[in-house]
Amino acid sequence: MTTKVSSLFAEKVLAELKKCGITHIVWLPHSENKAMYETVLQDAGITLVPVCREGECIPIAAGLWLGGKNTAIMHQSTGLFEAGDSVRGLALDMQLPLLMLIGARGWPTPGSPPSPYSWNGIDSAATFLEPILDAWGIKHHLVTNENETGQISSAYKEAQSTSRPVAVLIAKE
Amino acid sequence: MIDSMEAMKVISKARGEAIVVTTMTAKNEWHQASTHRELDFGISGAMSKASSLGFGLALAQPNRKVIIIDGDGSLLMNLGSLVTIANMAPANLIHFVVENGIYRITGGQPTPNSRKVSFSALARDAGYTHSYEFEDPAAFQSKIQNIMEQPGPTFVCLKCPSISERSPHKSPTTSPDSVRKFREMFV
Repeated sequence: MTTKVSSLFAEKVLAELKKCGITHIVWLPHSENKAMYETVLQDAGITLVPVCREGECIPIAAGLWLGGKNTAIMHQSTGLFEAGDSVRGLALDMQLPLLMLIGARGWPTPGSPPSPYSWNGIDSAATFLEPILDAWGIKHHLVTNENETGQISSAYKEAQSTSRPVAVLIAKE
Repeated sequence: MIDSMEAMKVISKARGEAIVVTTMTAKNEWHQASTHRELDFGISGAMSKASSLGFGLALAQPNRKVIIIDGDGSLLMNLGSLVTIANMAPANLIHFVVENGIYRITGGQPTPNSRKVSFSALARDAGYTHSYEFEDPAAFQSKIQNIMEQPGPTFVCLKCPSISERSPHKSPTTSPDSVRKFREMFV
C-alpha cells in the first residue's frame, strides 16, 4: 500500500515538473525520493543526472542552465547543508532561477513515525532546515501529500520571476 | 615543467569555438590568453566547481566542445566530479588540470600529498575515455590538436612549477549580468 501511494505521489510530482518544462534533474538518492527516481527513470522526457555528492548539484545545474536547459536539483536536506558554498557562490551570487526539491528528513507530519535519526524525538536535519534557508533568503514551500504538489509549479514560477533559487521541501516518502 | 601561462596560450590557439570554463588562478591566466572571451565562463565563487559547471554545459551543448581549466587544489575539493563526469561521459568535454602542487591563490601552501598524487591515473580509473599527463612543453604542444579533436571525455594533467607568488594577472568577477549575457548565446 505504501509503495502504491508513493508512486502516485511521484507521478504527480513528475507531472508538475513536466508542466514547468524541466529537462534535467540533478540528483542524489535519499529515502524521500526513491519512488521519484523510479518514476523519472521511466520517463524519456526528463534526464536524470546522478552525482557523487550534493555539492555538485548546483554547479551542474548552473552549467545546464547556462547552456539553455531547464533544470531542477533533488537531494535531501542533509545535502543542502553540505552544498552551502555552491548555494552561496553560484545559486545566489549568479542569481539562478533554480528549482530545488529538498527531501525534508525527519519533518514532523501527522501520523508519520519518528525519524530513525532522531535523538530525544528531534531530527536536527529538520530543525535546521528552515532557519538555514531563511538565513540565505531562499523562499520555500512545503509538500506533505499528493494534494500539495501544485506548490512545485508555484515555486518554479517564483524562481523564474525573481531570478533566485526557490526550494520545495518534500516531507513525504 | 610547463609554464602555466604558456600552456594557456597553447590551449587558446587550439580552442576553436569551444566554451572554456575556468576557476581560481587559471581564471586569471586564461583571461590574458583568451581571444574569445565571449565564450569564456570564469567561476569567481565556489572554489572547485569548475569541473561540475563545465560538465553541465557539456551536457547542455553536446555539439560544442567544452574545455575546463581546473587546478589541482580545486579538483581535490571535488574529486567525486571525476566519477560523475565519467558516468555520463560527454564526448565533447576536455578537462585540463594545472598541477602546481600548491594553493597558489592563497599564497603557495602545499596541497595534501602534494606531487605524489597521479591525477591522470585518477581520471583514467574513474572512467574518462582518454587521460594524459604532460611535463614537457613540446610534447604537450605536439599532442594538443589530437586532444581537441578526439571524442572524450578527455583529461589532461599539466605539470607546472610551484610558484608561491600570486599570479600578476587579474580577471573580472563574473556578475549576474555577464551570466545572463553568456546564457543568451544558447537560448
